[in-house]
Order: sequence, then C-alpha cells, then structure tokens
Amino acid sequence: MIVIVDYGVGNLGSIKNMFKKVGFKAEPSSDPAVLRAAEKLILPGVGAFDAGMSKLRERGLIELLNELVLEKKVPVLGHCLGLQLMTRKSEEGQEAGLGWIDAESVRFRFDADRAQLKVPHMGWNVLDIRRPHPLVADLEDEARFYFVHTYHIVCADESDVVAYTDYGYNFASVISKGNIVGAQFHPEKSHKFGMQLLKNFAERVS
Amino acid sequence: MIRPRVIPCLLLKNEGLVKTVKFKDPKYLGDPINIVRIFNDKEVDELIFLDITATVENRPPNFEILGKITSECFMPLGYGGGIRTLEDVRKLLAIGVEKIVLNTSAVENPSLIRAAADYAGSQAVVISMDVKKTMFGKYEVYTRGGRKATGLDPVKFAVEMEKQGAGELFLNSIDRDGTMQGYDLELVRRVADSVTVPVVACGGAGNIQHLAEAIQAGASAAAAGSMFVFQGPLRGVLISYPAQQELKRAIP
Repeated sequence: MIVIVDYGVGNLGSIKNMFKKVGFKAEPSSDPAVLRAAEKLILPGVGAFDAGMSKLRERGLIELLNELVLEKKVPVLGHCLGLQLMTRKSEEGQEAGLGWIDAESVRFRFDADRAQLKVPHMGWNVLDIRRPHPLVADLEDEARFYFVHTYHIVCADESDVVAYTDYGYNFASVISKGNIVGAQFHPEKSHKFGMQLLKNFAERVS
Repeated sequence: MIRPRVIPCLLLKNEGLVKTVKFKDPKYLGDPINIVRIFNDKEVDELIFLDITATVENRPPNFEILGKITSECFMPLGYGGGIRTLEDVRKLLAIGVEKIVLNTSAVENPSLIRAAADYAGSQAVVISMDVKKTMFGKYEVYTRGGRKATGLDPVKFAVEMEKQGAGELFLNSIDRDGTMQGYDLELVRRVADSVTVPVVACGGAGNIQHLAEAIQAGASAAAAGSMFVFQGPLRGVLISYPAQQELKRAIP
C-alpha cells in the first residue's frame, strides 16, 4: 500500500481520491507500524516550512522517515511543501530540512523587468523535461500542472533535476535522486496529467 | 505561467446548483455532482463552489455533498458558505477542498482568517467580497449572501483582509451578477491596485472578451457563472468551457 504521511498539514483527501481513481489504494497515516509496512510513501504538504518540520518532529516522524527513505530505500514522492522539506534548508524558516537532496528552498526573486509577476506562483504551468524519468513518462505534449508556491528549490547538483518550469525564470519543478522523487506542483489537482504522474509513481518508480 | 486562470463559479442551494441574477431569482441548473463531472471532463482550471443559503439558514457546510463533489473533482476547488469555525476548515480540507472561501465570517469573526491561514497556509484562504454600489455611487461590501450592508469600503476592506492573512480575494459585483454585460472593471482595478495578493474577478462575464478585460484591469483570474452554464438568449442550461487554444489566444 501507498501511505500518505499524515503530519497534520495538507490536503490528504484529494491525493487519496486521485490514487483511487487510477486504481491504487493510498491511505493517510502517522502510525509508525503503518509507515513501516508502506510500499511507497507520499510526503505531502502545504503551508510554512518551519510548521511542517516541527509537525513532523512532534509526531516523532523524522527519524522513522530517515530510516525508511535513506536506509531501506522506500520510494517517496514529495510534493509542494513536501518537496521543499526534503531539502537542507529554506529561506522561509530557521529549521533544518530533512536534507535528503542537496538543495535549498528559496523565495522567488525577479529582475526589475519581471517585477510585475505575483508571488505566489498560482496557476497552471508546463514542464520542460530535461531527462527521461519514469515519473514523467507518457505525459501528453500539452500536459499542464497546478502550482501554488512562494518558494522553490535550487539543486546543488543539476543532474538531480528532471524538469524545469518557467515563472520569471526556470526553477526545478521535478527532481529525482534514487528512490526519492519530488514535484513542486500538486499532481492531485492537475486533472489527467496529475493522474498519469501519480500512476507512474505507483507503477514505475522504484 | 501559461495564462491567467478562468474559473467557473457554481452556486449551491438546497443540494441543487442554481444561477442567480443580481443575487436574486435562483434558477435551477441541475445536480451538482453531474455538473462537476462535466466541468472535470472539460479540464477547467479551477472551480469555486458557494452555498448561497448556508449562512442565512444558519447551518454549517453540507459536508456530505461536498465529499461527493471532491471525489469527482481533480482540480483545485474552493468552497464558501456557512464556514464559521476552524473545525469546519479542517473538515473541508480533509475531504479534499483546496481553498476555504470566507465572506460573512471574514467580517463578523476575522480571527478565523489568521487561524485558517496558520493551519492551511495563506494560499488556502480566500476572502470573498460581495460588493454593491450605493444610491450615492459608492461601493460597499455586503455579507450574509448579499443581504447585509456592512458600511465597509471594498478597497480598505481588501487591504485589511490581506493584512489578516488572506491569500486571495474573490471580488464579486452584486450589480453585475448574472447580467452577462461585463465585469465592473473600475471595481476590479481599484481593488487589484490596492493589494499584492491575487484578485479573482467575478460578476458580469458574458463572453471570453469580458474575461480578458478583467485580467487587463488587474485581476489575476477571471470567474464566471452564467457564461459557463447558459446558452443562447433564452438562457437554456448547457455546461460549456472554452478550449485551451481559445483561452490562450484571448487571454495571453
């Protein structure tokens, strides 16, 4: 079973609904026994970086997740704040991130000629896929995804980036490193395009 | 971003969808779940659902019907109507609602805005402002389904709402609602110029050109009811949504 890490933030109902639609069972849980039995993990999230980290800590999930993801190599998909929590740190807060990928989360900063762009980046956007990866396999040419975020990640190692998205400039919108994958957008809110991506995660990411 | 969002705004009354004119004369459109399914198939950018009688009937959101709607809805969904407590907010998010739309509560219990934003992030908190022109030509914010005048000026109210933690403003013109004559662009301009959060314009859209005008006036997104649910001069019920190419062309 796919387990959606329930640490008290985020819209878990929609993720569960979309997995169900593509034929997979996904259940939210923060129970260590359920997490340990998970075949795959989803790290969701909305809201602020520090709030996310402290909620993971309050529930005693940080060490457990480190063990499952880094030692047992359980496939994990982080999205939106969940992706940012996988980085080392964020400009948004003081807390250290999970540090699973060599990256930092930074605020959108635009040159003077793009200063009219609103933050958060809220709406639909496309992916510029730079390297093939099972997570983004078989996407339609017109595939678009729903984004809502004020911060984005910057990878130290560009080879971790699967796709970039342009909002004022290119930022990393899909990343992968071994069993760890992440997306800045909300696949669960992105129609059939998000469905394909979650299906890919369930079927092809290992 | 590929283009500004275009958002069908659907009104719920007694478990059916309706469309009003100037917040009056609700006309029955059909079963909400069927209509959401059609909008879902048309891959709309986002949906906003407003229960227009929850507050006046003094009842909470209809979580059961919303649960059915969200299980068919694979796009961002905003919901407003009868939200009074953080518990309501939690329940809505848990069943898959993306954005919490506050209107009466934003005026009568503004501490709920901060509480909701702390819980779910500002991006999930939308303040809906129903605005009407007074006899003297001044704009005024209304609550309780457009029934109660608050004496508040929309620009000052918008600035205050942003300060309280609102992540987005849903600006609805009562005078233009259901008229399909175009948005109140002066109102859109005034509010959009006064805040940094996205403003969604609503009320009056009759065609795709109107949507583009709202964006030019400073709105970040354009919402509409009648134009997506009616067809022809007799206002026959027909669910529609422009094709992606058409939207890209009209609203770059």
